[in-house]
Amino acid sequence: MSTAELELMSHLMRRAGFGATRAELDDLTARGYENVVEDLLNPGEPNNLPDDIIRRFHADQHELRQLDSAGGYWVYRMATTDNPLEEKITLFWHGLFATGYSKLNQARTHLNQIRMFRRFGLGSFRDLLVELSKDPAMIIWLDNDNNHKTAINENYGRELLELFSMGIGNYTEQDVKECARAFTGWTLKNVEYMSQRAMKDSIWPYGRISWHFEYRDEDHDYGEKTFLGETGNFNGEDVIDIISRQDATARFVCTRLFQYFAADEVEDDAGPVIEHMMRSYFDSGYEIRSVLRTLFNSDYFKSDTARFARVKGPVELVMGAVRQAGICREPVLNISEVASQAFYMGQGLLQPPTVEGWHEGVEWIDSGALVERVNFVARALGDIDNPGVQSMIDHLAAMDGGVLSAEEFVDGCLDLLGPIHVPDDTRATLVEIASKDGDLDLSSRTPGDESEQRVGNMLRLAASTRAYQMA
Amino acid sequence: MATRKQDPSLVVIQLSGGNDYLNTIVPYNDGEYYDYRPTVNIDQDSVLPIDDNYGFNSNMAPIKELYDQGKVAVINGIGYPNPNRSHFRSMDIWHTAEPNDVATEGWLGRATRDIDPTGENVLTAVNFGRGLPRALGVRGVPVASVGNLETYGLFPDLKDSTLRKYALEAFAKMYGGERGKDPVMDFLGQTGMDALKGADLLRTALDKYSSNVEYAADPIAQSLNDVAKVMFADLGTRIFYTQQGSYDTHSGELTTHAKLIGEVSTGVADFYDDLKEHERENDTVIVMFSEFGRRIKDNGSGTDHGSGGVAFVIGGSVKGGMYGEYPSLKAENQLEGDLQFNNDFRSTYSTVLDKWLHLDAAPIVNGQFEQFDFIANGTNGSNGK
Repeated sequence: MSTAELELMSHLMRRAGFGATRAELDDLTARGYENVVEDLLNPGEPNNLPDDIIRRFHADQHELRQLDSAGGYWVYRMATTDNPLEEKITLFWHGLFATGYSKLNQARTHLNQIRMFRRFGLGSFRDLLVELSKDPAMIIWLDNDNNHKTAINENYGRELLELFSMGIGNYTEQDVKECARAFTGWTLKNVEYMSQRAMKDSIWPYGRISWHFEYRDEDHDYGEKTFLGETGNFNGEDVIDIISRQDATARFVCTRLFQYFAADEVEDDAGPVIEHMMRSYFDSGYEIRSVLRTLFNSDYFKSDTARFARVKGPVELVMGAVRQAGICREPVLNISEVASQAFYMGQGLLQPPTVEGWHEGVEWIDSGALVERVNFVARALGDIDNPGVQSMIDHLAAMDGGVLSAEEFVDGCLDLLGPIHVPDDTRATLVEIASKDGDLDLSSRTPGDESEQRVGNMLRLAASTRAYQMA
Repeated sequence: MATRKQDPSLVVIQLSGGNDYLNTIVPYNDGEYYDYRPTVNIDQDSVLPIDDNYGFNSNMAPIKELYDQGKVAVINGIGYPNPNRSHFRSMDIWHTAEPNDVATEGWLGRATRDIDPTGENVLTAVNFGRGLPRALGVRGVPVASVGNLETYGLFPDLKDSTLRKYALEAFAKMYGGERGKDPVMDFLGQTGMDALKGADLLRTALDKYSSNVEYAADPIAQSLNDVAKVMFADLGTRIFYTQQGSYDTHSGELTTHAKLIGEVSTGVADFYDDLKEHERENDTVIVMFSEFGRRIKDNGSGTDHGSGGVAFVIGGSVKGGMYGEYPSLKAENQLEGDLQFNNDFRSTYSTVLDKWLHLDAAPIVNGQFEQFDFIANGTNGSNGK
C-alpha cells in the first residue's frame, strides 16, 4: 500500500473517529477506502469495554447518577469501541442538541439521551427530531414540562427552530409560538412520584429511576395552527414533518455536518459539496448516513484542502491521544479525570455551556485551553509505560536494525503520530534536540532504558507541535 | 476624597442566563408586581428597602451594605432597542456592543488593544474561567484565560528540570517559528507564545498573595479570589473578567436565584474587603451585568426570557445610587410582556471606558452615547486628578 493511501485513511479516521494506531491504519488501508466508509456508516457490534467489567471496578458507574461517573463511562466507550463513527456522530448531536447536567442533576437520564443519539444518530433526521422531542433530558432542559395548553412555554419551540433545525431568520416569532403550541402535552411521566423520590434520596438500595416521557392528551392544544405557512391541527410530529422538508433545515444540518467532519471554515469551494449533501438528504428521506456517505466519498473531503483543516475539539484531542497511547482500554482509577481533561480545555461531556453548544474551530483555542491541550497530549504520548507508546517504540526499533539518525528518529515519530506534517523550522528544532545524544540505538534496548526514554521525550515534543492540534 | 494609587482597573462579572431584574431590585410597593408574579415573587417583608418603592432581594444583604456606604450604582432599565430574547444573540450583543449586525470584536478586547496597542503585556486582560468570552476576543489581542491559577503553565509534570527546560525551549522555537502560510497555524503559534509568557508571570501571583479575607468555596467566590491574587501581584492587568451562572430560571426560580444572587453578593463583598485590605478599593470598578431580564408574568415556577434588565457598578470611586428609571409594570407600558429598557447598555460602557479607563469610548462601543455620572469626581483621571 502507498503512503498516500495510508495518509488518506489516517485523515478519514481522524474525522470519522478518534484517529487510529499504526496497526489499525495498516489493516484499514488494506480493506480499502470505500469499504471502510461503509463499515463506519453501518456499525456492527461495538465490542466496547463491557458494563460488568466496568462496574466491578467502579461502583459509582452502576447507577451513573453523578456527572463525573457518567463522563468516565462515556470515555470508556469512546476509547474502546469498534464503531468510532457511532461515538463521533453521538458527540456531534450532543453538541448540536446541547443538554446540560447543571439543570438535570441526573446523569442516568442524560446518558439515556446519549444512547438515543447513538441509536438514531445516523438514521433519519426527522426520526431523530421526534425522539429528541420525547427525550426526558431535553424536556427538562428546555422546560417543555412547563409547556401547557393554557400557558405555553416557548423555550423548546424556539430552540428547536433556532438551534436544532433551521437557524435564525427562517421563521417568525409567530412560528415559534405555534411550534410551542404543537408540543403542549409532550411532558414527563410520573412527576409527583419522581419528585418524592428525589426528596428522599436515601431510599436505598433501589436509588432513583430515570425520567420518562408521557404524552398528555388533555394538556395538548388541539386548536388550529399556522406554522411556516401551512395550516392544520398540527401536533409535534406534524411540525417536525414540516421542519424536515425545509431547504433551510437541509442547509443547516448539512453545513453543520460539513463543519464537524470536513473543515471549520466554509469556503467558496465547499458550496458544491454542501449542495450535494443536501441532495442526498432529500433523496434518502433525510438519512444522515447518506449525507455522510456523500461527504466522505467526495473529492473535496479527500483533497489536500480538507486535510488538517479542523482544530481538534477537546474531546477529539483527548480521545485521539488516549487511543494512540492505548490507555483506558481496561478499567483505570482515574477515568473520570480523563473526562475532566476535556472540560478543562473547554468541552465538558454532558456539560455544554448553553443550549447553543460549544463554539468550535479556532474558538477552541485560547492561551488557557492551549496549555491544557498541550499538557494532556504531551503526558499521554510522552509516557513510555503506555502500551500505544510501547508499540511506537517497537515500530521504530524495527526500522534499519533499530539504529536511527536524528533525522530518521524525528521523521519516524512524526509519521507514527499521524502522519503529521510540521514546518521545516519545527522539524529542524526537533532534529537539533535529537542530535544532542547522537543516533538513536534501540537494537539492544531493555524496557524503560535510556533509548526508550529518548523516544518518549521525542514523542512528547512531537505531540506538542501545532500540527498535532489539527485534525 | 478617595484617591487613586494604581492605574484604574475594571472587573466584569457576567451573570449568565438572564438575571431576573424584578426579583433582584424588587418593586415591593407595586401591587402589579405581585399580580403578575403570584408565585415567583420576593415577599414584601423580606425585601431590603432602598426607598419606599424599591429594595434589594433579601439574599443581597452584603451588596445592600455596600449600597448604604454609597459604593453601588444600580443601573435600572438597562437594555438596547429591539431586544433579542435569545441568550446567545443577546449575550453576543452585550459582548460586541453591536445590537444590529453580528459582530465579532469584543468591547473589552478593543479596550485591551487601546490600553496596550502593541500587545506587549499578555496579561493586560485576564479571564478567569474556562474558555474566552467573546467580550475579550479580538484577533491578535492577547488575553490570558486562566482556568486554574494553581496549575497554570506548560509541562507541569516533567519533574526533571533540565528536561523541562529543553521542552519549554523547544516549544518556544516551534510556536515562535514559521508564520504567514496559514492563519490558523499563525494563531496557534501566537497563542502558544502568549501562553508561555503569561504562565511565567502568573506563577508569581500565587506566591505574592496574602490576605485576611476568607472567600467562600462556591465558583464565583473562588474566581474573585483569583482576580484578587492576580491584581495584587501588579502584573499590569487592567481588565479582569469572570462569570457566574446559570440564571436561566424558567422553572424552580426562587431556589436557584436565591442561591446564585446570594453567592455573587457575598463574593463581591468579600472581594471588596480584600481590595480595602490592599488599598485598592478606589482603583477598582466592578461591573455586573446579565444579557437580559425576564418576563414580567411568571409561568408558575419560573420566568421566561425578557428584555429590560439591571446592571451594577461597584467600587470606592463609584458614586452610589439609583440610575436610570425603574420601568413601569403597567400593561400599556410593557413591551410584549417585558419591561421596557430606558437606557442603552452602551451608555454604561461609555461611562466606564471614558470616565474610568480614559479611553475613547465611541469606536469601542460603535457610537456616541449619553454618559452617566456614576464615577465620583476627583477620582477619575489617569493622574489621579
